Amino acid sequence: MNAPFPPPPSQEGGDGGSQAMPAPYHDGLPSGRPSGKTMKERLVQLEVLRYNPDTDTEAHFQRYEVMCQEEWVVLDALNKVKESIDPTLNYRWSCHMAVCGSCGMMINGEPKLSCHSFLRDYEGVIRVEPLTHFPVERDLVTAPDDFMEKLKRVKPYVITKQKKPIEAGEYKQTPAQLMKFRQYSMCINCMLCYAACPEYGLTPHFVGPAALTLAHRYNLDSRDEGRRERMEVVATREGVWECTFVGACSEVCPAQVDPASALQQLKIVGSIDWIVEHLLPGGKP
Amino acid sequence: METVSTDVVIVGAGGAGLRAAIALAETAPKLRVALISKVYPMRSHTCAAEGGAAGVIKPDDSFDFHFHDTVGGGDWLSDQDCVEYFIHEAPRELLQLEHWGCPWNREADGSVAVRPFGGMKKQRTWFAADKSGFHILHTLFQTSLQFPSITRFDEYFGLDLLMHDGRCRGLTAMEMRSGELRQFHAKAVIIAGGGAGRMFPFSTNGAIKTGDGMAMAYRAGAPLKDMEFVQYHPTGLPNTGSLLTEACRGEGGILTNKHGRRYLQDYGMGPETPVGQPQLKTMELGPRDRLSQAYWHELQKGNTVSTPWGECVLLDMRHLGAKKIRERLPLVHELAESYLGVDIIKDPVPIRPVVHYMMGGISTNTAAATPLPGLFAAGECACVSLNGANRLGSNSLVELLVFGRRAALSAIEYIHDLSPTNTSPLEAAADATRQRVEALHRRDDGNESMSGLRREMMDTMEKNVGIYRTEAGLQEGVNKIHELRERYTRVKLTDKSRVFNTDLFQILELGSMLDCAEAVTVGALARRESRGAHQRLDYVERDDTNFLRHTMVYRQDAELPRVDYLDVVITRSPPGVRDYSGDKR
Amino acid sequence: MSRRPLIRELPPTRWFLRHPRYLRYMAREVTSLFVGAYCVLLVIAMQRLSAGPVAWQEFLVALRSPASLVFHLAAMAAAFYHAGTWFNATQKAMPLQIGEDFVPGAYISGAHYLVWAVLSLVVLFVAGVI
Repeated sequence: MNAPFPPPPSQEGGDGGSQAMPAPYHDGLPSGRPSGKTMKERLVQLEVLRYNPDTDTEAHFQRYEVMCQEEWVVLDALNKVKESIDPTLNYRWSCHMAVCGSCGMMINGEPKLSCHSFLRDYEGVIRVEPLTHFPVERDLVTAPDDFMEKLKRVKPYVITKQKKPIEAGEYKQTPAQLMKFRQYSMCINCMLCYAACPEYGLTPHFVGPAALTLAHRYNLDSRDEGRRERMEVVATREGVWECTFVGACSEVCPAQVDPASALQQLKIVGSIDWIVEHLLPGGKP
Repeated sequence: METVSTDVVIVGAGGAGLRAAIALAETAPKLRVALISKVYPMRSHTCAAEGGAAGVIKPDDSFDFHFHDTVGGGDWLSDQDCVEYFIHEAPRELLQLEHWGCPWNREADGSVAVRPFGGMKKQRTWFAADKSGFHILHTLFQTSLQFPSITRFDEYFGLDLLMHDGRCRGLTAMEMRSGELRQFHAKAVIIAGGGAGRMFPFSTNGAIKTGDGMAMAYRAGAPLKDMEFVQYHPTGLPNTGSLLTEACRGEGGILTNKHGRRYLQDYGMGPETPVGQPQLKTMELGPRDRLSQAYWHELQKGNTVSTPWGECVLLDMRHLGAKKIRERLPLVHELAESYLGVDIIKDPVPIRPVVHYMMGGISTNTAAATPLPGLFAAGECACVSLNGANRLGSNSLVELLVFGRRAALSAIEYIHDLSPTNTSPLEAAADATRQRVEALHRRDDGNESMSGLRREMMDTMEKNVGIYRTEAGLQEGVNKIHELRERYTRVKLTDKSRVFNTDLFQILELGSMLDCAEAVTVGALARRESRGAHQRLDYVERDDTNFLRHTMVYRQDAELPRVDYLDVVITRSPPGVRDYSGDKR
Repeated sequence: MSRRPLIRELPPTRWFLRHPRYLRYMAREVTSLFVGAYCVLLVIAMQRLSAGPVAWQEFLVALRSPASLVFHLAAMAAAFYHAGTWFNATQKAMPLQIGEDFVPGAYISGAHYLVWAVLSLVVLFVAGVI
């Protein structure tokens, strides 16, 4: 006997068994459809910054009005605009659960993931712009090249003096040792912190919050021996010493990574290294 | 058209693609690797996997257990030589990831911790809270940054494989930010492009999961295998479809209907186990196909709970307590709270099954090689026949690693024996791609809207190719998808500009999904039996006489695809009864 | 046509008007001017003291002028604010882990406030005010 299931009480003749599944509402939009009562709907006004390098010399705002369900997020509203009003509107998105980091935008002037910006939290016209401090390719699509380069520069990977063979099994790491760095490993690379950091906006050579935080994450990992290498990038004028602790990075971080804390800790580590190296006889950090 | 000459092209930079790239860089550092992806690697959908990755490591576990769990879980449609290879490689790969810095949860003594998972007889799922896929992806991506032989082409949209003399010699891709085409000339190509769950309207899959890699291979002549097996994850949020990981139940969460009854006991997964003491391989820790099917039966009986988001059952985790929920299921806690307004510490959360994973894909053998020489595939886009008719939770993250690496090793071996050829025929093939894209831009009489066709496709898949299927429904599905494919030739490109034209990308993605959808429907219609995730109301029994074999679907341009079959490899586990009835003592 | 990325420059003199959090940051930075000015005042006081009793008396009289009082009140407010931002930062810069858990940040900042209060009392006591 393969099927453990009793035959269903009523067969939906010929129409495919799945028809009783709740019907979808819209592509790409939360598909819950009210059964019986209707979901609360609301006319949402969006003001979206548009820029097309083919035709525009400057960016301009465009107004859209769409009917949305009250529980939707700003990304759902954009998707509905793209599907039903304007296919030429461009933006990135994928996971719709605040983990892939694609859909960072300025929403009413605040760097946010649009998939985690709930319409219920906004009144009136919602103003949507591309992330600040990054060049705009088109509409809400920015160029993250600078961030990608900086990420690579801080060597965000385990560095060991000698490679441990797989046969030797795992590195022992206690829950306490894990907790020491875990928070800093939660960065989704959404770049909201770069859009919030005025330091990065004013002095673009600043390595910036997310990349420095990842350096700190590996520095704190009990398996890693690469701190000295990383500090050559981190404890520099382009690194943590460019940070003046505005703290905006931590305020906007959607993953509660708290980059500001990582950077302040790096400053202390960098200072101690400097003191050991320059002020103690024969000192090496 | 600019040409990039390289040794290996990898399409897709998620778990499998990155693992392949690193294996190439480590094993053959002189080979140039072009890693192309339509998104930045951190955006790949591997990041959304939550629960964990299975590998035998604890003393009470054994390779035998993992073997039998996987083969039985797959309803004997898995190739057993493949499963054998996989289970032995799995712990190695997970350890490798540990050495690269993956923040696995730990026991008090510092060793790696494991958690229970559906359909697994022993605890063997390595996990990093409920963000396991996220950590695996970022660990791989960050590790890959140290290898100079890997050149990334982020946000390049793969278009067509370049074939010559029956061999795969590269591909064409579009740089998304400029709209310019590039041809990549290579000795081997590895496709790691992910699944195609977005052909369904209600899915845990991200927007990027449109089967472009599958379709690319399919168009080039590679068969798609076992595409009719589409996994519904039993516990998705009813409005957004976001995944609530199987670990919810692994940690002790229970499923109840509107009467508060743990209804799984009524569907061969009982007897009821004590609340908060989950027992392996029974009740809430049964396999995903059975759990999703049980929902459907509850729905028919009127035992579901009506919510503003449709008919649901309840996932109750209150008894786990706030501390355990915050420590082990923080993402689930957050998702339910913010998207549905339910605090799982205080209330049961309504859930329903949601399309999650495709067992089928580009046909590969255990060496991750497709039937086309020079073309390899790994990950969800491939069907290496590990998962059979139903994948067990926490096998797929390991599959990315094991077969991502294997594809790389196979490619190295293949390149070693390859003689050089000239590239001029490739230019001609690349030009065909250019014309295809240009035609879209130039066409003014297009009268089919992309979003309209897409919605019809999704509605068709939802209606006719759901958890339970019938001959008539599937026939309707086949006809409809075929019609949509024909209408797709008249699809209208509204946005004619070149820079980051998502209107164009969505049209290309729709083409990929329609190809995949046709393979799913045709395969499902032909399989007149019920096995794993493929359940027919008109053929309710498994039929090992006629269907203990893989469906192989070959694309034919304007006609319906050709269906063929391939025998399942059985080594030491003859087809038997899938028993999830728990401890009978 | 192809790529022509648009660079949106930050206005170098007005950027902090974009959001209240930047204004708070600027306020914190401005308070350091008062702290600095008060340090200068202390140096002047030393110099006056070393110049003899007459100079010192004149200096003390000057301190009682309305302008001086206003300055002192403002400097004190600024010093409080500035010190507060530092103490609040300590929980980020110096996290304390005991076993798996971190000591709540409020405890770390709170401890700093406490030490500050105690030290202030000691100073006031040594100065004979209390």
